[in-house]
Amino acid sequence: MTTEAPTIDLTGSRPRLRRERRVRRLFLGAAVTSILISLLIVGSLAGEAWSFISKVDLSSLWDLGWFPRRDMFDIKTVVTGTLLISLIAMVVATPLGLGAAIYLSEYARPRARRWLKPILEVLAGVPSVVLGYFALTWISPNIVMRLNPHAGVFSMAAAGIGVGILVTPLVASVSEDAMRAVPHALREASYGLGAKKATTVTRVVFPAAASGIMASLILGLSRAIGETMVVAMAAGAVGGSLFELNVFEPGQTMTAAMTALAIGSDQVAGSNNAFQSLFFVGLLLFLMTLTLNLISDRFVRKVREKY
Amino acid sequence: MATRAAAPSTTDLVRQSIQGRRLGFGDIAFPAALLLALLLALLFLATLLIDVFVRAWDAFAGRGFSVVTSPLSLNAGTAGLWQSIMGSLALTAVVAALAFPIGVGAAIYLEEYAPDNRFTRFISTNIRNLAGVPSIVYGILGLTIFVRFVRAVGAGGGVYGKNLLAGGLTLAALVLPIVIITTAEALRAVPSAIREAGFGVGATRWEVIRYHVIPYAAPGILTGTVLTLARAFGETAPLLLVGAATGFFSMGSAGFIDRAVGPYTALPVTIFSWARQPGADFRSLTAAAIVVLLVLLLTANAAAIILRNRYERKW
Repeated sequence: MTTEAPTIDLTGSRPRLRRERRVRRLFLGAAVTSILISLLIVGSLAGEAWSFISKVDLSSLWDLGWFPRRDMFDIKTVVTGTLLISLIAMVVATPLGLGAAIYLSEYARPRARRWLKPILEVLAGVPSVVLGYFALTWISPNIVMRLNPHAGVFSMAAAGIGVGILVTPLVASVSEDAMRAVPHALREASYGLGAKKATTVTRVVFPAAASGIMASLILGLSRAIGETMVVAMAAGAVGGSLFELNVFEPGQTMTAAMTALAIGSDQVAGSNNAFQSLFFVGLLLFLMTLTLNLISDRFVRKVREKY
Repeated sequence: MATRAAAPSTTDLVRQSIQGRRLGFGDIAFPAALLLALLLALLFLATLLIDVFVRAWDAFAGRGFSVVTSPLSLNAGTAGLWQSIMGSLALTAVVAALAFPIGVGAAIYLEEYAPDNRFTRFISTNIRNLAGVPSIVYGILGLTIFVRFVRAVGAGGGVYGKNLLAGGLTLAALVLPIVIITTAEALRAVPSAIREAGFGVGATRWEVIRYHVIPYAAPGILTGTVLTLARAFGETAPLLLVGAATGFFSMGSAGFIDRAVGPYTALPVTIFSWARQPGADFRSLTAAAIVVLLVLLLTANAAAIILRNRYERKW
């Protein structure tokens, strides 16, 4: 048929093209929703945080401790608490996560891997509220109180270990991906030179995957800083806290401070300073995790460019 | 990497390897240490499960399934999880209805339509960063935007907008980036030969996507969505800001609409509030609630993994 009509119009039927454009626009709209959400997050944080900063006495941001009901909004208390707990979490998650990742990527036989990997994924799927309960009822008496008999039920150490367990699967999965992305040719070259397996892993695979491993650790740190429930349940100091450096004492983190304000919002309802400090701390938390995520993203992209 | 400078060079190590002078210890101890790290992580999981099940035993042995079927109460002897489970299921339904179509649509745009330009890269970076925003920050988004939005459209109910709809919107925003990322991965796994074959016989882009790409990517998309919904099901922190009840409340025989706009709670929120109650009764009850939550989540996860294994395709 078409051979008789060489001037046939190849652009297709107009309703078909119109539908095509409509579908495309619909999907574009869906993609733009994510930008809208980002803008709304930044807007809702920045607006209220600004009105908090402009209303509150700036000297109350550097005080004896974090007691929002008494207009003491000591930033260093909550930031130090967050960093201490995240540090403990990374001390737990780095050896466990990297060890698991190297084993799964380099040593485990395919059959063992098929079993071990899903179990690790189950650990990743355990909700943080469950780990919070576990940190409070098991880690605190069985690990923390054994390390230091003077520690109470609530301590930053218990929360930190709980967060560490929560972050371990994330560190393991991202760094395992990085190591599996290292081409086999590199390993074979190393064996070809007569290197042992352990040498190949530590001197060839590990450095080659270094940026991905770095990304996994930064991502883990970012998750630890933003983790809320474990800290709110196991670190204690719900109402407020003095500046505290001893990890065997209760401590206040940014996320736990926000939770405390949220649960008690019936008492601090409205737009008083205590309630608005929620947004200020939220903005601080958002900026910290965003910075870490952007850095980790850069590292991940480096891996992708390399292989 | 400061240790690298101090350690012997690669050449030395390789030479030692060949000459076999440092044979033995490292070859056994190193993998053993790695395995130990992995097993320790799994041991924590096992301890957690055993500990929670043992603690929950008292509650289940004493009260049977009335723990699951009773309404909330401040009395540990009669308190149950029915409202929390229903609340969580309703929230998950709202999340699925919102995040699934928008997330899949956005992923289709990014993978199939979007030109490789600055705007597209900006959207992708933005989505990856959204996925890393702490969940409690989404709670702030819900508190300032969604609660007001729900109130503005006249669905605020007696709780001034701090209801199921606002909670569902908040959780949907929280999981949206994860839905987009997993869906995009599933779409990327479909070989471009499939698409080219479709274009070759004159199909439009949407026809190729609709009849060729999506059917192949569907198992991956569904698995990812189930895992994501499980994540929303276990989320606590944002709901605390969007007014999920930490105490108890009663809806009596309220109708569907009243339930949607009235007070609500969710299973993880109940676990959090019960864990704060004093007394051994509530401690056991909390463990029982955790067992219920874990059973529901593990069922969903197992279903997703079975789905993936059955329909996974090697190209």
